[in-house]
Amino acid sequence: MALEFRSVTKEFTTGSGQNLVAVNDISFRVNGGEFVSVVGPSGCGKSTILSMTAGLYQPTQGEVLVSEDRVGGPNGHVGFMLQKDLLLPWRNIVSNVEFGLEARGVAKSERRDRAMAELKRCHLAGFENHYPYQLSGGMRQRAALARTLAIEPEIVLLDEPFSALDAQTKLLLQNSFAGTISETGKTTLLITHDLAEAVLMSDRILVLSERPGTVVAEIKVDLPHRDQPLRRRVMPEVSDYAAQLFKHLKLEEKAV
Amino acid sequence: MNARSGTLVVSLGLLVLVLLAWQFLPPALDVPKFIIPTVTDCLAELKRMWMQEGLVGHTLSTALYTVLGFAIGSLLGAVIGYLLGMSEFWEKVLSPYILALQIAPKVAFAPLFIMWFGYNAMPKLLVTVLIVFFPVLVNVLQAMRTVDRDLVNLARAYNLSRWGIFLKVEMPSTVPNLMAGLRIASTLAVIGVTVGELVGGNTGLGFLISYGGGQANAAMVFNAIVLLTVIGYLLYTVLVMIEERVLHYLPKAQH
Repeated sequence: MALEFRSVTKEFTTGSGQNLVAVNDISFRVNGGEFVSVVGPSGCGKSTILSMTAGLYQPTQGEVLVSEDRVGGPNGHVGFMLQKDLLLPWRNIVSNVEFGLEARGVAKSERRDRAMAELKRCHLAGFENHYPYQLSGGMRQRAALARTLAIEPEIVLLDEPFSALDAQTKLLLQNSFAGTISETGKTTLLITHDLAEAVLMSDRILVLSERPGTVVAEIKVDLPHRDQPLRRRVMPEVSDYAAQLFKHLKLEEKAV
Repeated sequence: MNARSGTLVVSLGLLVLVLLAWQFLPPALDVPKFIIPTVTDCLAELKRMWMQEGLVGHTLSTALYTVLGFAIGSLLGAVIGYLLGMSEFWEKVLSPYILALQIAPKVAFAPLFIMWFGYNAMPKLLVTVLIVFFPVLVNVLQAMRTVDRDLVNLARAYNLSRWGIFLKVEMPSTVPNLMAGLRIASTLAVIGVTVGELVGGNTGLGFLISYGGGQANAAMVFNAIVLLTVIGYLLYTVLVMIEERVLHYLPKAQH
């Protein structure tokens, strides 16, 4: 269930014909059941990492491995979630959760059962017949998580899933996600620009440099209660970790 | 009284006011009846048309070809819109011609169609199909271009086939635009049929307009115009009702 990047470089050709190196020679490993966050300045290729893990495109050099197999295209091992919930507005919540199972030949009744179970796990029981517009932003993200978990991925990729939410909803949702993810034991890669969020939710944090992104630091978060960010939040060590990240990102130099 | 019945009352009040003005103003200003017939003149003429001119047949014929032309034209527009929406290459190749055809006045094709197909139902059907086709095509194409790429990527990550992505993501995403295109098309369909009937043929409300015009029978022309409006209005209303059912998942403020 591990995820591994081996010397991955990704170049894009821009519209004007120039080559743009999004990430350069990135290597890291996320072990089974581990929760790793990737932080970095905007445009450092965080989302490129996610898209390559999901198999939406291939690295220019190096390879991406999921459970020791090379990722050659979209596959069922990886489930991803973005800042946008990407719920289909014309489907009710339970059919949205079933969406990922439809291309996999799962029988209809089994799809429904699995979707209902995931909704329950994500604290959305009773909302299965609601349409997305009837739900709050936090509930919609929980529905998106239910959809992501319904395909039983080995790896969950979260691309700033909390960044569009207000501060309080964010804390509650981080707590609820952390609980759900630790309950399922999924290997998770969280991409975020919120340093506190990275500290509260992760076992380990990778710091990326500006473009072309490379891993400049790796910080192990030695704190208990990974499944309850709200409890971690009051620990004094959290600010030390955040300060370390701050230093690695060289934010002080930029704050002129 | 709530706001809704309030607007209804004012709306109906305005109608009554206009009808009263129509009835009494022209005689008061000495406008002759063959220029502006009064409401009662029109109603009397409506009755005569019903008895002697086969009004019901003409109206039904126009209604039938309006609906038929609308159905064929919008089906073609939607299908070609989706096909072009799926192929960027063909869209780019064909877009200048589509634009040119869209700008060309479709009603001007009516005499050509009559030369080609004769004085039958074909020309008016073709004009209607042609005029309905473009708003639907353009709306569908526009919507296909603006489908959320992240949604398509999500579907790809879930291993949906190209056809599956179209059916489950792209097509449903375009329905609001499709419905908007159909609404515009429904109002144009009446124009298409009317022009077709005006230019050639001996059936339909458009024919009654040119026939009445030839006889200086203004009341007949007025009646035909009103009935054409009613046909268009009904078609539009049906579409709005369908749209409300189909697009129930949109929050009301977005309508």
